[in-house]
Amino acid sequence: MDIKLEESLEMYRLMLRIRYFEEKIVEVYAQGLMPGLAHLYIGEEAVAVGVCAALRPEDLITSTHRGHGHCIAKGGDVKRMMAEMFGKSTGYCYGKGGSMHISDIELGIVGANGVVGGGIPLATGAALSAQLRNSGQVVACFFGDGASNQGVFHESLNLATVWRLPVVYICENNGYGISVSQERHQAIKDIAVRAGAYGMPGVVVDGNDVEAVYEATREAVARARRGEGPTLLECKTYRWRGHHEGDPNRGSRYRSREEIAAWEERCPIKNYETKLLARGVSPDRLEEIQKQVKKEIEDAVEYANNSPFPAVEEAVSQVYAD
Amino acid sequence: MALKTYRDALREALREEMLKDERVFVMGEDVGVYGGIFGVTAGFLEEFGEARVKDTPISEAAIAGIATGAAMTGMRPVAEIMFIDFTTIAMDQLVNQAAKWHYMSGGRIKVPMVLRTATGTGRRTAAQHSQSLEAWHAHVPGLKVVMPSTPYDAKGLLKSAVRDNNPVVFIEHKMLYNEKGEVPEEEYLIPLGKADIKREGDDCTVVATSLMVKRALEAADILAGEGISIEIVDPRTIRPLDIETICTSVSKTHRLVIVHEANGFCGVGAEIAAQVVEKAFFELDAPIARVAGLETPIPFSPILEDAVVPNVNAIAAAVRRLVRGEQ
Repeated sequence: MDIKLEESLEMYRLMLRIRYFEEKIVEVYAQGLMPGLAHLYIGEEAVAVGVCAALRPEDLITSTHRGHGHCIAKGGDVKRMMAEMFGKSTGYCYGKGGSMHISDIELGIVGANGVVGGGIPLATGAALSAQLRNSGQVVACFFGDGASNQGVFHESLNLATVWRLPVVYICENNGYGISVSQERHQAIKDIAVRAGAYGMPGVVVDGNDVEAVYEATREAVARARRGEGPTLLECKTYRWRGHHEGDPNRGSRYRSREEIAAWEERCPIKNYETKLLARGVSPDRLEEIQKQVKKEIEDAVEYANNSPFPAVEEAVSQVYAD
Repeated sequence: MALKTYRDALREALREEMLKDERVFVMGEDVGVYGGIFGVTAGFLEEFGEARVKDTPISEAAIAGIATGAAMTGMRPVAEIMFIDFTTIAMDQLVNQAAKWHYMSGGRIKVPMVLRTATGTGRRTAAQHSQSLEAWHAHVPGLKVVMPSTPYDAKGLLKSAVRDNNPVVFIEHKMLYNEKGEVPEEEYLIPLGKADIKREGDDCTVVATSLMVKRALEAADILAGEGISIEIVDPRTIRPLDIETICTSVSKTHRLVIVHEANGFCGVGAEIAAQVVEKAFFELDAPIARVAGLETPIPFSPILEDAVVPNVNAIAAAVRRLVRGEQ
């Protein structure tokens, strides 16, 4: 497929931004600067970036508890994300949402979600909204292999097909629901086959190849925008770290170190670097991007550290809208 | 003014709001072709078309969740879950999503949706189709819960619910759909969170919800013949609760009976009683009495169903005990 150089460099930049952001979280979380839970996206960057590259700014996404990558790929500001995760009032949700509930409706981020599968009907509803308003918007709905067993996954995909809703369902199959491997939680190997159960197309994609994800999403988004209804994309990928920060041994308690190492060899960012260099991009250009992104992340931590906590009175505000 | 049924009042309310605002649409099982299992949306499919009157598969979690997602992104859905018993299937979407997104987003997302549903006994539909679960919903900060008892209240409250920018659980009683009452011809709204004095009295306050308002009114006539006058307060909205009107009444009568069809333990009556004790303890001349459903699932056989929910005699007896100082 033909991708312009600027586009490919932007995808590289976004994947790096996610990677450095998440690696920084490992640090600050261990230092106790970040309260609550952190579910990191390291290793899965190509899925979020490839999908969002195929979306327009006005398109919408719903995300998961492992949502930092989606939010960054959709244009999220790392300062406001970091501040939100530190519980500061300068965060996207004024500190009231936290890592698992980051949202910015202006960027089209309907929201990350603390309930596995919780975003699936929300995305379906957002697609219904787009259809009723005739807005031309498409919704990308992220969820994992674990979520594909939730009842509401079945209900939502069925309804979306019946009503031909403009939604693309992206299953990030990283092979595990916390500690339970895919072989132990479902009898099928390719989640994409479930698409046939509802009458929508299902496609298996190499989730560690950002251009493959981009291409598959572009097709599915075009289908949706033409009014032909939803598609299920299954992006096969892997999370390098544990389910959450604090999950012992980075997940190697329930996964072999060999398995983790093998997937790290297939790093989506390293692979893309190799591709870009082969296409004639200079190493200096890539290094320049790495430096810029590293600085962004350092600035984000400083911003979050220097931001105030919300006033205590805010705990009881905004329970109801006016 | 015209005499209309509760069903017709609801239909008028919804129709007026759909004509007024194109973002309003209805979705649920059998709301379209069938006109709603209780007839509330009869004629809507013909008038508004398939886009705005959506028959869904049997998928309560998706019904609630899709309504939530649509509400978060610019629409004003009125979703229906046929029986309140089935809202249990939709609980994640109602409690963890609809109720919480405004707060979790720091106020940047709104969820202007209505979830209409039907409650209560009387149709002999037994344990899984007869419950009163308003306490479940009322317990959740972020939800509003409404229970109209008359056609007049039903119309005014439903219009307000549709215009409210929060998720509103709108609970209709299945035995009230055929009830007739006076409804103005001109447009009117009833604000959420405002109770109504259904009957003035001096000797005892009776707070009653939904179908129990009708029962309390019947008890009032019996008691009047015995020289006891009761003041009936209908909260109309369960959350937010108009505790001020209840306390003002208690300050007048000094006695309180609370009656609701739901079983007593952890019911809405417990909340009302606790708040009255907190706010108006020294106005009370007697303990607060609750007349509530028994601690059982709802049985099928009519003689059994009637035995587990409050009736007119039980309400009258509770008032008499308080007024006469009996133990």
